Amino acid sequence: VLLLIFYFSTEEERHLRANDRPFNLSYHYANNAIKTSKYNIFTFLPLNLFEQFRRLANAYFLFLFILQLIPQISSLSWFTTAVPLILVLSITAVKDASDDINRHKSDKQVNNQTEKWMNVQVGDIIKLENNQFVTADLLLLSSSEPLNLVYVETAELDGETNLKVKQALTVTGDMGDNIDELAGFTVQGTLTVNGQTYALDNDKVLLRGCTLRNTEWCFGLVIFGGPDTKLMQNSGKTTFKRTSIDHLMNVLVLCIFGFLASMCTVMAISNAIWEVREGSVFTAFLPREPGVDAALSSFLSFWSYVIVLNTVVPISLYVSVEIIRLGNSFYIDWDRKMYYPKNDTPAQARTTTLNEELGQIKYIFSDKTGTLTQNIMTFNRCSINGKGYGEKLCLYKNYNNTDKVDFLWNHLADPKFIFHDHSLVETVRAGNPEAQAFFRLLALCHTVMPEEKKEGELNYQAQSPDEGALVTAARNFGFVFRSRTPETITVVEMGKQVTYELLAVLDFNNVRKRMSVIGERNPEGKLTLYCKGADTIIYERLHPSCNKLMKVTTDHLNEYAGDGLRTLVLAYKDLDEDYMDDWKKRHHEASTAMDGREERLDELYEEIEKDLQLLGATAVEDKLQDGVPQTIEQLAKADIKIWVLTGDKQETAENIGYSCNMLREEMKDVFIVAANTAEGVKEELQRKMCPEAPEEASVIKARAGLFWCQKTETVQDEKVDGDYGLVINGHSLAFALEKDLQLELLRTACMCQTVICCRVTPLQKAQVVQLVKRYKQAVTLAIGDGANDVSMIKAAHIGVGISGQEGMQAVLSSDFSFAQFRYLQRLLLVHGRWSYLRMCKFLRYFFYKNFTFTFVHFWYAFFCGFSAQTVYDEWFITLYNLVYTALPVLGMSLFDQDVNDRWSFQYPQLYSPGQLNLYFNKKAFVRCMMHSCYSSLILFFIPWAAMYDTVRDDGKDIADYQSFALLAQTCLLVVVNIQLCLDTHYWTAVNQFFVWGSLAAYFAITFTMYSNGMFLIFTSAFPFIGTARNSLNQPNVWLTIFLTSLLCTLPVVAFRFILIQHKVRKEALPAPAPRRLPTRRISTRRSGYAFSHSQGYGDLVTSRRFLLKKPLKSRLALFTQTDSPLAENQPQHYRTIAEEPEEAQSP
Amino acid sequence: MVKQEKASANRPDNTAFTQQRLPAWQPMLSAGIVIPGFVLIGLAFIGIGVALFVTSRGIQVLEIDYTGVEQNSPCFPCTDQNRKNCVCDVNFSIDTLFQGPVFFYYGLSNYFQNYRKYGVSKDDYQLSGDLSYFKAPSSTCSPYEYDKNNKPIVPCGSVANSMFNDTFKLFQIVNGAKKQVSLDGKGIAWWTDYNIKYRNPSVTPLKNAFNGTVKPLFWSKPAYELDLSDPANNGFINQDFLVWMRRAALPNFRKLYRRITDGDYAQGLPAGNYTLEVSYNYPVLSFGGRKKVVFSNVSWMGGKNEFLGIAYLVIGSMCVFMSIVMLIVYAKFKFPEED
Repeated sequence: VLLLIFYFSTEEERHLRANDRPFNLSYHYANNAIKTSKYNIFTFLPLNLFEQFRRLANAYFLFLFILQLIPQISSLSWFTTAVPLILVLSITAVKDASDDINRHKSDKQVNNQTEKWMNVQVGDIIKLENNQFVTADLLLLSSSEPLNLVYVETAELDGETNLKVKQALTVTGDMGDNIDELAGFTVQGTLTVNGQTYALDNDKVLLRGCTLRNTEWCFGLVIFGGPDTKLMQNSGKTTFKRTSIDHLMNVLVLCIFGFLASMCTVMAISNAIWEVREGSVFTAFLPREPGVDAALSSFLSFWSYVIVLNTVVPISLYVSVEIIRLGNSFYIDWDRKMYYPKNDTPAQARTTTLNEELGQIKYIFSDKTGTLTQNIMTFNRCSINGKGYGEKLCLYKNYNNTDKVDFLWNHLADPKFIFHDHSLVETVRAGNPEAQAFFRLLALCHTVMPEEKKEGELNYQAQSPDEGALVTAARNFGFVFRSRTPETITVVEMGKQVTYELLAVLDFNNVRKRMSVIGERNPEGKLTLYCKGADTIIYERLHPSCNKLMKVTTDHLNEYAGDGLRTLVLAYKDLDEDYMDDWKKRHHEASTAMDGREERLDELYEEIEKDLQLLGATAVEDKLQDGVPQTIEQLAKADIKIWVLTGDKQETAENIGYSCNMLREEMKDVFIVAANTAEGVKEELQRKMCPEAPEEASVIKARAGLFWCQKTETVQDEKVDGDYGLVINGHSLAFALEKDLQLELLRTACMCQTVICCRVTPLQKAQVVQLVKRYKQAVTLAIGDGANDVSMIKAAHIGVGISGQEGMQAVLSSDFSFAQFRYLQRLLLVHGRWSYLRMCKFLRYFFYKNFTFTFVHFWYAFFCGFSAQTVYDEWFITLYNLVYTALPVLGMSLFDQDVNDRWSFQYPQLYSPGQLNLYFNKKAFVRCMMHSCYSSLILFFIPWAAMYDTVRDDGKDIADYQSFALLAQTCLLVVVNIQLCLDTHYWTAVNQFFVWGSLAAYFAITFTMYSNGMFLIFTSAFPFIGTARNSLNQPNVWLTIFLTSLLCTLPVVAFRFILIQHKVRKEALPAPAPRRLPTRRISTRRSGYAFSHSQGYGDLVTSRRFLLKKPLKSRLALFTQTDSPLAENQPQHYRTIAEEPEEAQSP
Repeated sequence: MVKQEKASANRPDNTAFTQQRLPAWQPMLSAGIVIPGFVLIGLAFIGIGVALFVTSRGIQVLEIDYTGVEQNSPCFPCTDQNRKNCVCDVNFSIDTLFQGPVFFYYGLSNYFQNYRKYGVSKDDYQLSGDLSYFKAPSSTCSPYEYDKNNKPIVPCGSVANSMFNDTFKLFQIVNGAKKQVSLDGKGIAWWTDYNIKYRNPSVTPLKNAFNGTVKPLFWSKPAYELDLSDPANNGFINQDFLVWMRRAALPNFRKLYRRITDGDYAQGLPAGNYTLEVSYNYPVLSFGGRKKVVFSNVSWMGGKNEFLGIAYLVIGSMCVFMSIVMLIVYAKFKFPEED
């Protein structure tokens, strides 16, 4: 019996004993259940209230409420604050509750997944089967595979879709599926079996979130469960995102507090003066309360005015903002134009608090694989012996129209393979020797592993998707790569099975940029070297007789590269048997040499790979997602900068840059930063685009945020004399992100139209985003599909996940998700723009209506001895924000559109006001206040003058306080409603209903509250009885209302009219630019050898080691996924093995 | 079909609402609407303004300040605080017929009936005749809640306590003799105040309801003796009391005192000399206030107020002016000068 202790850097040691629950439970390790919910039934009320009162606004209103309970200063009844506060609190509580219920549900769902994940305890041994998710962090014990290997896909963790190999310790692996034996040990950081200890490392741990692939079963020991797993530990740090409007709003609310305090101070001082000059002599009719002198009275009046004027800080602001954002999020969820029918995925606004920020995006950081591209390679065109085949690639053409080539004659063909040029098939079937040699080469020269689960159902696992695409092409054109042993390759050539002796594999690496295979055709014994590789490399090694063909092929290559295809050149060479024998001998010597093995092998390869005969070239398309180039063009027109951050290598990234129109041939220059030292990077970054630019980047320092305590530094955009592109690789980026170089990097990058960072790690992605965030003060968006994008999705202001694919990690941490990159333009240009517009309109209007409302009290103070007498009825004050003006403004901020979606697309430049923050900023806020000030002056002094000393038409009183209050509040309501009408551009029936309904409701409620019945029931609550009847039947009251409304509105109309005239003249909208057709690239920058990043595993293929135990046994397919939602999309599947299996460890 | 539906189970509904395609009206501030609109509004305003102005001009108003600040004014002797039951005669003459019905107002200036603490200093329950509040007035009435002997004051509070208590008699001097002009004190308060808001307790005689209470400190007689001649004008539904209780919005105000509607003066006050006999009780000089009486008739637009007419005229003209300005701006930007 063994014991296991894990030492984790962060934690004390873990002891556990396999399948010994009582022992393991004694340590109280977290079990596998996951809890993300915040409340339960009992804790909800206190916790939620506590949370809510932590918000400044709510706390402020609670404070106000308490103030109102003090009789000496209570200038308003308690309900004027209590009713709105309770309403606001309950709305928020309902929302929080429903959120938490959802979290409870999803927790339950995760915990109850198939095998009841929550029941898994630390120390349990569990069995996993193929395609199952790993339930907890496991120590791998044994597996069905040779050498105790298991294959896992870690897409959920790091976004890499290639398979990783994990290997169990031999000692446990040998136990196989014998559970009794497996359970017989304990683990201790090292694993102890029968007294012997074995070292454990990360290689033996399967992390939660991985998926088991190509492995029939495996056994694992649970070492970390639930919240302790790496996945949960890493995903726990979700930062709460706030929009820039939120920040601005906080600052403004703070300013308003200051403003309120100063208004109240003015009132208090004035009150003191009044008390001394007037009040003291007025005591005959209003004696002071004992002990209250002018000073105390002034102090009390300060607080009384805090209560009266509190409406400048609008209580319903935050709730309304939340409601508007929620509504606008629903529009995103509901949008059919962002719904992807192929895998039934609608767009989803996962965070409902960031909408308006979508209208302010300045930088987009995009992943490449899976986001811009589909991660599918298709064999698209080829050039065989100087003749080009295949459709010319056209980005804007619908492929469905051309008829596909029918491969029915070939029963081994891959049905998902699509090709559009019939002549190629005919050529091959007619027996054209070059064409046959071409495909034979493709069928032989590769490191693909075949899998034939059922007769005729071939599956290829390729190291890179390109290779798979080529082998599949050969397969469909009649050269089916059927099986492989370490020494042979079996190919079905035009229906005839042929076996080739594999004499040598001259593998790919980054220096060679080519790969060759030497094969001997059985039974003839013809020796041939097949070689494929980057054009520049192969061309150097061609036989001079090929010169003519080379020229034609080069033209083809240029054409392909111009279309953004990845190209390879194929060549062959017949070998002499004697020479081959000699070479083989030397090869053997070299490969067994103790020192200088690599060099010697390279020399040998170099020697044999020359005087090659050119066969042709292939062009593989790295398939872009639909509509990517158009989307990028649109976004570029909207002045959004797009940076591609990819883990791919430079050539591939550049290629994609070209094919989706981000890099263009007409660019003045494309800088490539690939230095490996800090100095080198600095030098390369400082190549000046514009010579007159200053040496140092100009940084503007400012202060912002709450209390202006936040220092901001902004790197200014500099003018550039043309379009530039920047490509920087991961190594250089690491240096460039250092403190002293990052500003230089940012400066250079921002001068470029296009920035592509390749071979970047997830961490670097986040760093780049943060760099831009910090020094550009711009709103950023990150879009990606894999877990390697999670960090940048979380770092950016807005994270977008591509949903509908296998890995959900990106989506789970994103704020918005949809299935296709192209929906991004709709999200930003339509939804974002509208949301921003609506939010800004809302805020401007909301502040206007509250300030106007409040300032009238201020003016009235000068006529009522600064006694904190309100102008309006208390009920009106209570209901003004909640009932009378709530719905019209909500209607506007949910339905308004200045232009419809088609116009938004047609004129992407309409997006720029959001980026520049034009619609709502401090200036706009001050304008709002000025406007309110004007309106409130009108609203007070017109009724004041109109009512001065006047009477009713029957001589009775009308200049009394109650009539005046009614008049003032009616004027106010009419004015703010007309203002709303002026602000509304898009009048739907709902808007009409809300506006007219609110006015009607006002009159209905007012008449009801001022009715006899209400007074008789609640005598002291409704003292305004009869006021409405007595004053609203007077013509001069209505004439006053009319005058006031028009006087408030007409200047606004006139001002806007003149402004529009001025603007239309100044910035007449340009006609939409004609869509730029993709310009052909007369490229010198051709795509290189597009194989995987690391060295190939030709070594492994021929080493026997890999195939040692069970060579190509017919067992479960390595990679079956026909039921996956992606299948429709994916013509071929490959298995990618990037990691070499480790040497079997001997204990 | 069923299968297809299932496959696109998540497809959002295609409604005008969810797709934000609700039919809508999108008005624009175009020159064709704004400029004619301003002209029309301007003209309409000028029209209304002229009507208001003419009407207002037609209203006759006679204001007489009787505070007695100046030494030679008739009521100066009464300003002495120590004089009780002081009566002074104010003489005035009318040149032309003062068209009836004539309304007789008293006016106070610099009097803050709209002071918050003053305004809340009353008890609505008490005033609606609820007897339990006779015994224990609301604390809002403080300091006129209880008197020194801790007896409840009814009606309590500052507003009631400070009720205007000057009384007037109007005489026309006909051939040297005084002819009293009959003044109508009924129907000067709001119907709702008289019938709903203020009610006497249903106790007869009314006096009994006030047992155990004291009258407001400044009052000379208790509430149930305000008008002994007419029970419908007594107690809390005394019309003078109601008029006073409807507190003014502004520190300068006038309140209806009487109407001159019947008898010889139903057609108005004929030209001639008049004497107003003021029984001067209400002290205003301490806080720099003024007292006045106002005779006025009314029109469809109420009392005399020239502001409204002038405002309409001014704004109407400004609208027309603005429309011309906008036309010029529009023309300038629409047809820019050729360079």
